[in-house]
Amino acid sequence: MRSRLAVALALAYRQTTVLFKNPSLFLPPMLFPLMNFVAFAGGLSRLRHVPGFEFRSGYTAFQFVFVLLQSAAFGGVFAGFGIARDFERGFARRLLVAAPHRGGIILGYGMAAMVRWLMIAVVLTTVALIAHMQVGGNGVDLVGLFTLAIIFNQVGLLWAAGVATRFRSVQAGPLMQTPVFMALFLAPVYVPLSLLTGWIAFVATYNPLTFLIEAGRGFIDGNPTKVAAAFTIAGLMLAIFALWARLGLRAAERAG
Amino acid sequence: MTELVRQVALIARRSLVRTARQPGAWIPPLLFPLMLMAVNSNGLRAATHLPGFPTKSFLGFFLPFSFMQGALFASGIAGVDLARDIDTGFLNRLALTPVRGSALLIGQVGGAIGLGTLQALSYLAVALAAGVHIEAGAAGALLILVLAVTVAAAFGALGLWLALRTGSSEGVQSQFPLLFFLLIISSMNLPRNLIEVRWFRDLATANPVSYMIEAMRSLVIEGWNAQALMLGFSFAFGLLVIAMALSSRQLKFRMTRT
Repeated sequence: MRSRLAVALALAYRQTTVLFKNPSLFLPPMLFPLMNFVAFAGGLSRLRHVPGFEFRSGYTAFQFVFVLLQSAAFGGVFAGFGIARDFERGFARRLLVAAPHRGGIILGYGMAAMVRWLMIAVVLTTVALIAHMQVGGNGVDLVGLFTLAIIFNQVGLLWAAGVATRFRSVQAGPLMQTPVFMALFLAPVYVPLSLLTGWIAFVATYNPLTFLIEAGRGFIDGNPTKVAAAFTIAGLMLAIFALWARLGLRAAERAG
Repeated sequence: MTELVRQVALIARRSLVRTARQPGAWIPPLLFPLMLMAVNSNGLRAATHLPGFPTKSFLGFFLPFSFMQGALFASGIAGVDLARDIDTGFLNRLALTPVRGSALLIGQVGGAIGLGTLQALSYLAVALAAGVHIEAGAAGALLILVLAVTVAAAFGALGLWLALRTGSSEGVQSQFPLLFFLLIISSMNLPRNLIEVRWFRDLATANPVSYMIEAMRSLVIEGWNAQALMLGFSFAFGLLVIAMALSSRQLKFRMTRT
């Protein structure tokens, strides 16, 4: 267990250092959520006047939750790019030889992804508060929101790690990003689920991410909703994608 | 003059073939805006219930966004291809031949124009199949294609300038968020008069991309709006001319350095 943790901490330290030394790796994942937040909360706030739109904390808070969860997932996915890059450059192969417990490798990448996303979350939350976001939830609600986002960040990382370890090339980047992007946008992004119509209403109703987004919005509004369902789904996704990533790592080991 | 046309044709052909041979480069830019159009036009349909919203079809309203996003991807492709030519030394070898700088630039934009045309035709075909009615009729649809290709060429030229300025693919790609920001801070999702946040509305009003979008949108949902079309075409041609002038200037520096 100790050697597994040692591998994880060493790898997390290395990944975080690489990130800080390369602004080109660090800035895009930081800028994208900020731009989305500006575009959605700034440009679409009139949507709160659509008949039937009810959200006490206002449109900025409504969109903040979506962008926060989106940034969490993409923080994980972008960390997956780093794994693919490590395979391309041969570092990951050396790591597989050197690490006494290979499970620590995924744990290390997971820690680095979380550190990376927490920095983005701090900036995003600061910007949202400067933009006069109203927070209806109490401390416990906010802990719930950020815990959900951290789990989602790890789900994103594990998904991308599974792809990266199977393809072992940055060219698999679109495969890491696109499904996450589509799954997020097939949820109630701009208006509540009750205001969606047509095929997207049907898809959003059964999209597991809808539960996470709605629970998150409930937390920030101080009106928790679908909490048990959201955490159950998040936990299940975490378990499934942990297995996906572990099997991917085995595939990479076999490939040599 | 004939020699210039021949040089442009040769470089444009190379640019087009090169783009066509990289499915990874042109398939995502073709499909991604379509996916986003499908998702956003449904997700944002509730906006049509806002008082003063100009149409009942959000798909028709949102269609120009796909053309703009396609143009943005075209700028990335044109820029990255030229940056690769700089990286690999192809531009240096080209400098030893009698090829003119203007031929090189116009030809390089060929890939962006080719992809822009394919994108514009696809988006328009999908929109028509999904039931979008073009108020300005067939001639209006043709004009949308012309404007979309002009915008793709203008953004493609901007990509060339970025490539010549930075000299690396990473440099071009790292500018993508800035260009995307221009698209986001525009009237892409709502008409400017319905944007509630004042600073956002002001930025959208100052942003040329808003006028390019509004020109295409006017043909879809309004019919013939001379002012919107004049503004849209002026900004698209203006961007094309400025980007080409900047690229031409930068090309001279790049050639001098090598």
